[in-house]
Parts: sequence; structure tokens; C-alpha cells
Amino acid sequence: MLGYVIQRLIQAAIVMLAMSALVFVGVYAIGNPIDVLISPDATQDIREAAIRHYGLDLPLWQQYLAFLGRLLQGDLGRSFVLNMPVLDLVLSRLPATLELALASVLIGAFIGIPLGVYAGYRPDSVLSRAIMALSVLGFSVPTFWIGLILILTFAVNLGWLPAGDRGPTVEVLGVGWSFLTWEGLQFLALPALNLSLFKLAMMIRLSRAGTREVMLSDTVKFARAAGLSEYTILRRHVLRLISIPLVTVFGLEFGSTLAFAVVTETIFSWPGVGKLIIDSITSLDRPVMVGYLVLVAFLFVTINLVVDLTYALLDPRLRRGGRAA
Amino acid sequence: MTSFWQEYRENWIAVVALAVVLLVVAAALLAPWITPQDPYDLANLNLRDARRPPGFVGSNGYVHWLGTDAQGRDLFSAILYGLRISLQMGIAAGAVAMALGATLGILAAHAGGRIEQAIMRVVDLQLSFPAILLALVLVAVLGQGKVPLVIALVTAQYAYFARTAYGAATAERQKDYVEAARATPLPGHRVVFRHILPNCLPPLIVVGTVQVANAIALEATLSFLGLGLPPTEPSLGMLIANGFQYMMSGRTWISVYPGVALIVLIVAINVVGDQLRDQFNPRLRR
Repeated sequence: MLGYVIQRLIQAAIVMLAMSALVFVGVYAIGNPIDVLISPDATQDIREAAIRHYGLDLPLWQQYLAFLGRLLQGDLGRSFVLNMPVLDLVLSRLPATLELALASVLIGAFIGIPLGVYAGYRPDSVLSRAIMALSVLGFSVPTFWIGLILILTFAVNLGWLPAGDRGPTVEVLGVGWSFLTWEGLQFLALPALNLSLFKLAMMIRLSRAGTREVMLSDTVKFARAAGLSEYTILRRHVLRLISIPLVTVFGLEFGSTLAFAVVTETIFSWPGVGKLIIDSITSLDRPVMVGYLVLVAFLFVTINLVVDLTYALLDPRLRRGGRAA
Repeated sequence: MTSFWQEYRENWIAVVALAVVLLVVAAALLAPWITPQDPYDLANLNLRDARRPPGFVGSNGYVHWLGTDAQGRDLFSAILYGLRISLQMGIAAGAVAMALGATLGILAAHAGGRIEQAIMRVVDLQLSFPAILLALVLVAVLGQGKVPLVIALVTAQYAYFARTAYGAATAERQKDYVEAARATPLPGHRVVFRHILPNCLPPLIVVGTVQVANAIALEATLSFLGLGLPPTEPSLGMLIANGFQYMMSGRTWISVYPGVALIVLIVAINVVGDQLRDQFNPRLRR
């Protein structure tokens, strides 16, 4: 087991290294950042001083090694445009994205699972068909379009909810949160709903498939024979049995929710990391792009590592170097 | 083939979806002949016609059935031209991704050993990484244009094809007829092309249909974020983005109609793909 863990750790480190090199070299190829930094009518001397100051005159590999060295010390560089450390920048935006992602995951779970269980319990009813049609739409219609429709319906036509921005936040532990006030919740509602629709569709599908399977099992037959009510069977047995795969997928999906937040945050002007990366791409703010991508890559490599190790813990066959069947 | 069509015909929703897809493709192909104006010939545009609601009769003398956009473009024409570009990108990306993914997947299944491990590890890693983020980065790195966009879409999507082809090819590999073909003195590539590949095609076609729809959606998303094609080649995503700023002031048609066209196309392709999957799936056969 220890050997397997070490092997996986080394693999993860190699992947991380490769990703950081790819991201760094790739992002290096865009435009000339110096044009963004100084005004076009600056003198040649100022220009060259700025190039030297940011280390842009060094060969690419030296810049990468310097970047890697700083990275290992937790320093992701400074933003060209905002002139502050990238790590601080990302961390200052992260709570907004985390709040949004968490809210959407909760909506997905608390609405999606009951709907899915119902659709699995009565697969042929009209309501179940409607639920499944909804889930097809949630899967195939692009997030940005649903966002536009939400704004059009609830902000422009009905005027119930704000169309964008984050609104007031309440400081707790030095970080601003929206969900603590009624007004903040109103600002959170549309973006969270928008981001949740994909999860919602997935939760409906997964819990429907799980429920259909469990309903045919002996557990349910015995529970019925014991005279339990259908509601109790669903809540006490079915829900419990389908929860294991749901939780696994949920953990994996949380990472991609953070990534999909890019689109939602842009539409609703939600000041999170997704908006930060789009802004940095349009303003060619190279250190922010590289820093954000390295952080995201780190997040995904970590999630994958944890999942792999958890599976290894659960499935002894994997530990002996074999492959999953 | 005939029986396949007869089975397909039993699901009327799928038939309607197929008709919609064919209609949209035909309209996009014939766009230059059926639209009242060439929306990208600046000589045709008149700013006095800008942002007019549907049904407005413009200075050129014809009715703008879907209204006009901020430059005075006829939206119906702009949508059909946009569909052309969206479809081009979707089909090009889908086809290249399918070719690349199928090659890698079958190669991995056929070669085995280290090659198999290396290819599938990269593929699995990529599948765990959100496609949209990958495409976003690539478009940002490669710049705007059709070729960079297709490269970004292919990179984001080939892994699905590789997974599917690998799964199908490993399943085929263990069957007796492949064993038998291998026992003959035929060269290895012949076994792959004549025996394994044809049997991997059904699942690949299903994934391909859905991935074309996904590529169109992804391209629209990138264009909406301002990272897709340059403004000279506006796809549906860019039309929607251009109309977004006018939505708050109630001029909703500029965004809504291109969006409706996009959704109808994507959903129709998905429904066709679903039906194909059900028909190719032997477990669901009656």
C-alpha cells in the first residue's frame, strides 16, 4: 500500500510539473505584455527598464525556473495590471466563487435528488417524463443561455431579483459573505440557480437510475412485506442505498463547478475567480492567468489523487499494481 | 438499413428532431440564396434601421421578420450566416476529434502495454479536467480564428472519443472472431481496420452526434465570452453576446432569436443522438 501511495504521489508531482510548464510556456506565447503595462508614448529607456524589472528580457527557460522557484515558496508572482500578489488576488476572490459553487451544489442536491427519486419511483407518470425532459434540457442547453433567460425573466420582465453583481456582504472571519442577509441572498439566487442546473440534471439522472435499480431489489420487497409505508421505504432504504454513488460523483463534480463558474460569473458580474480569469485573459495579465491555472491544475490533481487513493483503500485488487476492471 | 429506419420512425419525437436538424443544415447551406441581405456587406447596412423590433420594414424595403441588431443588420440573415459558422466549427471539431480520439483509443487497445497505459492515463486525466477551462486556455493562448478554435475544441473533446473507442475495442479484442482473424497470417493493421474498427463505429457515431452538439455549445460559450471567433466571422454565440447589452432596455430580440436558433439545433441533435444510442444498444432491443 505504501508503495502504491508513493507511486501515485510521484505521478501527481510529475503531472503538476508538466502542467505548470505547459501553462507557463503556453501563456508566454500570447502577445507582448509590456504593451499593456506602459503607455505607448513612454520613452525607450522606460520601456527597457520595465522589461528588465519584470524579467521579460531573460530566456524563456530562465523565466520558467525563476517562476518554479517562486512557486515552491508559495509565490505566484504579481499581477501586471493590478500590481498585487496573484495569490492574494485569487484568495480575495475565492470566497465569492466558493459561496456560489456551494449554493449551486446544495440546490442541485436538495431539488435534484427528490425529483430523481420520484422519477425513478414512478417512471411512467407524466410528471416523471416532464422531470426527465427538464434534465435533458439542463444537460444540453449551454449555461450562458440559461443565464440570459433567467436575467430576462426574473430581472428584466418580472423585476423580482437583481440582474447581476454581488450586492452587500456581511463580514465574518474577515471575509464577506452574501448568504447571511436577505438582500445578499437575492443577489445570490440567480447565479446559483444558473450554475446549479447542470448538477440538477445530473442528480436527477443518477438518483433516478439508482432508485429504479433499488426498487427492484429484495430490500424493498422485504420492507414492503414488513408493512412499511412507501414513504418510509423511500426515505429509509432507497435514499440511503443510492446516496453512496451520489456522494462520490458530487465530490468529483465540485471541482468542475468551480470551473463552470467562469461562465456564470461573467454573465452575472459575480466578483469571483472565474471573472478574474476572464478579465486577466482580456487584459493579457499573464501572471494572473498562469497563477490561476496552476492553482486549478493543483486542485484537480489533488482531487484525482484523493479519489485514486480512496478507491485503492476500498478495492484491494488495485493495491497490487493491477488495473481497475 | 431499411429496418433501422423503420425502428427510428417509431419514435416521432426523434423523427421531428431529425427533420429539424436537416432543415437547419439546409437553411445554413443555402443562406446566401434565401436571406434578404448579406449581413456582413457593410454597404447593405443602414444605421437608421438599427435595433428595430421584429416586423419592421427597413429602408431597403423588406420586412425584418426577426428585427435588426445594433448595426442595422437583418437578424434573420445574421442568424442563418451565424448558423453556418457554428455548424462548420461543430462539424469540423467533431470530425477531427473523432478521428484523433478513435485512432488513439484503438491504438491503445491494440498495442497494449506501456503505450496503452500512457495514452489512457492522459485521456483519463483530461476527462477529469473540465473541457471548458481547457478550451478557454487554448483559445487565449492560440489567439482568435477558426483554426485555433477548432484546435481548442478538438483538444477539449477528443478524450471522449478515445475513451469510447478504447472501451469498444477492448471488448472486441476478447471476442473469438478477432482471435480467429489474428490466427490467420493477416497483417495486424488489417485486423484492426477490417474487424475491430467497424465494430467500434456504432458507439463512436453516437458519441460523435452528441459531441458535435457539445462543440457547437462550447464554441457559442467561448464566443459569448469574447474568446471565440473574431467579430468578422460572427457565430451564434457572438450574436447573442452582442445583443446582451440591449436586453436590459427591453430590446430582447437581438439576443433571444439567435439563442432560440442555437437551442433548437443543440436539442434536436441531442434527441437524434439519444435515439441512435437506444437503437445501437443491444440491451434495449425488443
